[in-house]
Amino acid sequence: MQEKIPIAEFRNVSVWFDQGNSRIEVLKEINLKIYEGEFLAIVGFTGSGKTTLVSLLTGLLKPSKGEVLYRGKIVEGPDLERGVIFQNYSLLPWLNVYENVALAVNVVYPDWDRKRRDAQIRKFVDMVNLTPALLKKPNELSGGMRQRVAVARVLATDPELLLMDEPLGALDALTRGNLQNEILKIWGANKRTALLITNDVDEGIFMADRIIPLNPGPNATLGPEYKVSVGRPRIKASLNSDPNFRAVRNNILSYLADLGEAAKQSKSNGLKLPDLKPLTPGLRSFPFRRKAI
Amino acid sequence: MSDFTISVDKKPFALFDRVKSLRIAPPPRKKLLDLFKNLAISLLSMLVFLLVWQLGSSYLFNMEASSKIEKARIDQGDAAAAELQMCINSGNTSCQPNTLPSPAQVWSAGGVLWSDHVMIARKKVEFKQKVAETNQQRRAEGLTPIRYTGRPSFVDQIFTSIKTVLVGFLISLLIAIPVGTVIGLNQTLRTSVNWLIQIFKPVSPVVWLLLVFMIVKTVTLNSGLDTSFIISSISVGLCAMWATLVNTSLGVSSVNEDYLNVAKVLKLGVFKKIYRVILPSAIPLIFTGMRITVSVAWMVLIAIELLAQSPGLGSFVWEEFQNGANDSNAKIIVAMFVIGIIGFLLDRIMYWIQQSVSFEKAMA
Ligand SMILES: Nc1ncnc2c1ncn2[C@@H]1O[C@H](COP(=O)(O)OP(=O)(O)O)[C@@H](O)[C@H]1O
Ligand SMILES: [Mg+2]
Repeated sequence: MQEKIPIAEFRNVSVWFDQGNSRIEVLKEINLKIYEGEFLAIVGFTGSGKTTLVSLLTGLLKPSKGEVLYRGKIVEGPDLERGVIFQNYSLLPWLNVYENVALAVNVVYPDWDRKRRDAQIRKFVDMVNLTPALLKKPNELSGGMRQRVAVARVLATDPELLLMDEPLGALDALTRGNLQNEILKIWGANKRTALLITNDVDEGIFMADRIIPLNPGPNATLGPEYKVSVGRPRIKASLNSDPNFRAVRNNILSYLADLGEAAKQSKSNGLKLPDLKPLTPGLRSFPFRRKAI
Repeated sequence: MSDFTISVDKKPFALFDRVKSLRIAPPPRKKLLDLFKNLAISLLSMLVFLLVWQLGSSYLFNMEASSKIEKARIDQGDAAAAELQMCINSGNTSCQPNTLPSPAQVWSAGGVLWSDHVMIARKKVEFKQKVAETNQQRRAEGLTPIRYTGRPSFVDQIFTSIKTVLVGFLISLLIAIPVGTVIGLNQTLRTSVNWLIQIFKPVSPVVWLLLVFMIVKTVTLNSGLDTSFIISSISVGLCAMWATLVNTSLGVSSVNEDYLNVAKVLKLGVFKKIYRVILPSAIPLIFTGMRITVSVAWMVLIAIELLAQSPGLGSFVWEEFQNGANDSNAKIIVAMFVIGIIGFLLDRIMYWIQQSVSFEKAMA
């Protein structure tokens, strides 16, 4: 599957955020090549810097050190050839489902006529099973439905490099399975390149050619890569009996378990974390309310 | 910039909202009871209001009357005082003390104003019929038709005021929304004009009026335009635009980062970005500002008309005050209620518009 020229590349990329006189170091010395036509998955714990990694590729964020390249050129900003499904959906609340998808389709296919664009929009809304909610605003939809709109919005624009930041996290198992297949179908049919961020190892193995764990931050680095040499099309039901699948799965899970163990170790050594007492909910009421995320 | 954010309580009148909820779905018995309770309380408080008013006005009446009689006694002797006493008791309008009118007097003044309006309206129709033929001729000859130039009725004054406030409101929107958008987009510009906004915002309507007067008077020299209307509507616009300006710039400058990211990854151009992402996201705040603008516009309009001597409710009030006829005070109070009710209705209309453009309604 891999050709020699990478479509996108990270060279010694570090990212930190300066906040007053403290510095949050998120990514450290990341080196990564994404090859044309491949499906790459990155798995990692929450807060390890996965979204930051995606922002670098979309061009919404510049590396603090090192460089990010797309087709050999340094990424200066966003471009339509790199499509992204944001982790927080990022739908425009004053537009309905149709209009949200249309905004992207109209931008990406300016020379198509109205009818063709309309058909494209409807096709992808239907693909994510949202035709009954076509004219609903995001606030009238559940979290899973919003996520599906975000998926439809990107798939309808058919980008060269498809960036997906935990795109299916809020979905039930059945819908999730369907959408995984749809994404694979579009990726395969058009010979696109895909980067999937996920915290579900099974999803990563089912979809990707390669899986790379992102070690927990601060200063997160990439772990070793795991090749998934299971033929396509893959069928979920029979995957469990595939010896390759089981081997990869065990390797990744034990790697992640070791990471978790290491994190626990450093915690019990008292090296990194201050001595925090857990809050007992219900015992005390606080005069402020946290905003729900 | 946040130190002059303006927001409005979303539910100013609980009674209204109860009525609304009744219309949407028949509420359970308890809610219906609540509704009646609310209505009863409102009616009761109105009665108390009228009672206090009645007592207050009769107290003031007696005070004024006895001081008048006392004065007559000192100036002209006992006989004149007794005569005045009798005159006052007889209800003769020529000698009534001039003070806060009672509710009944105000009610009847309302009736007088209405029948006056009916009479003037009839006159207008008659006038129109009379000059119809002449006007047709004049139009054919390219002359301007003859217009009715008689005294405007109270209702005419109301409509003049509404027209002025609407034009003033439009003027304030035409200035405030573009300017607010531009300064909202640019942090440097926002900082640099902040002092200007802070200084001009609290300037009194009177000063605006004088300023506008100075300029408009010169600009419209020899143009034959209706300057009093132009002056008062521009002044109203300038006084009232600040809330919309500030809220627009705040709304534009505080667009959610997620929405801006969508605009960035789709590489929307500057105008498309403003038009498709920034302004829609700022709309709730802009409309909150517009609602305040309407209220302020209506409030300052009366003062401005009064000062500018331009036709409308303000000058009606002023003329009645100057006039000092027996029922002038009662007519002023009628105007006060009319002004209050129209202001309330304008605010309700803006509230409904504001609700209908809000996309923040949560899923039921
Ligand atoms: N703009 C920012 N400013 C400061 N800290 C940030 C910013 N963006 C991300 N971070 C920090 O970087 C870390 C990684 O965040 P993120 O990439 O969102 O993780 P993940 O997507 O893996 O959950 C977190 O600790 C987060 O607090
Ligand atoms: Mg994330």
